[in-house]
Amino acid sequence: MGGEKTKRVIFVTVGTTCFDALVKAVDSETLQKELLAKGYTHLLIQMGRGSYLPTKSEGDCNLVVDYFTFSSSIADHIKSASLIISHAGSIFETLKLGKPLIVVVNEDLMDNHQSELGEKLANRKHLYCASPQTLHQTIVDMDLNALVPYSPGDATPVAKHINRFLGFPDD
Amino acid sequence: MEKGNGCCFSSVSSSAILSSVAFVVILIFVRVLYVIYCSGRPLNKRSSKPVSTLIILGSGGHTAEMLNLLAMLQKDRFYPRFYIAAATDNMSLQKALLLENSLASETGTVVAETAQFMKVYRSREVGQSYITSVWTTLIATVHALWLMIKIRPEVILCNGPGTCIPLCVIAFIFKVLGIRWSSIFYVESIARVRRLSLSGLLLYKLWMADQLFVQWPQLKQQYPRATYVGRLM
Repeated sequence: MGGEKTKRVIFVTVGTTCFDALVKAVDSETLQKELLAKGYTHLLIQMGRGSYLPTKSEGDCNLVVDYFTFSSSIADHIKSASLIISHAGSIFETLKLGKPLIVVVNEDLMDNHQSELGEKLANRKHLYCASPQTLHQTIVDMDLNALVPYSPGDATPVAKHINRFLGFPDD
Repeated sequence: MEKGNGCCFSSVSSSAILSSVAFVVILIFVRVLYVIYCSGRPLNKRSSKPVSTLIILGSGGHTAEMLNLLAMLQKDRFYPRFYIAAATDNMSLQKALLLENSLASETGTVVAETAQFMKVYRSREVGQSYITSVWTTLIATVHALWLMIKIRPEVILCNGPGTCIPLCVIAFIFKVLGIRWSSIFYVESIARVRRLSLSGLLLYKLWMADQLFVQWPQLKQQYPRATYVGRLM
């Protein structure tokens, strides 16, 4: 009969950081079953400087799971994925590519200023925001159609201010 | 008799020293107030002469935001450009170099003429003990001083990382001492929605930035002297 499933990839990325808590959270069977139930076929984990190694997996009945440490072009992986689960550092790269995003806040980081941004953008429905502990529930509850596209910011106002302050003539 | 004269002399000289010291302190204080007052006001110049610019880079998101800002600034106004990153930051200077290289190939200039790239020692690494931090902060300050004496920028652009504090403090001291007048522009990161970062807070409270830009309106409410410029990213 065939019935080839369309490849739908979830890309997990931690950038150049160490974020074992996130990698561990996605390495859970229950979470992966949930992703499978939602129609995803592949889980690709970019684990950065972390030391926790997730379990690879193959087969038609499971989520296909693979991982690597670094890549010279995270953007390509983001483009070919259907859902991104990432640390806060990749927020804007992902939003600019117009991909649905779950930001996972790294609670081990000092000061945790990332959560302010994650919460703000989640309030505006540009992404979902979770902690490693609440990631599973967030995936269960998420409705990606409810997400609102993010309109990129503009550095022109601040450039104008700087130019005016320094006495440069307006363009 | 002699002893009496000796006592008189030493008390006169010590009060003379005291009043000199007091005088100098008051002088410096007045000068600092004057510098702060002038810093808040736009420059008087109306020419289009280029200004030497120091760009302080921080890891990850900070560099991305800074490069985003630089893309909007006319490069023939802000040159030569000096990029400084922390010694242990391997990525930021490379990204800046990429930007300068593409710029150079567009305009047909040579990167070496318009931009320089430097590293500065960090005061303290994440997790470093406080005892050794005293020593490393001292070294970092001396190194920053050395770099600032060489560069003496007219404009400083920074956006968050702790690397910028020693450099901005030195720049401020240069202003007070009349060594070089630097216009210091601090752009708080887009990640700072409700509170300023420590660097931003220091520069704000000490009145050291000529202009402190914030990207979210809540911060403008909390810190009225800041300038709200909307999101950069």
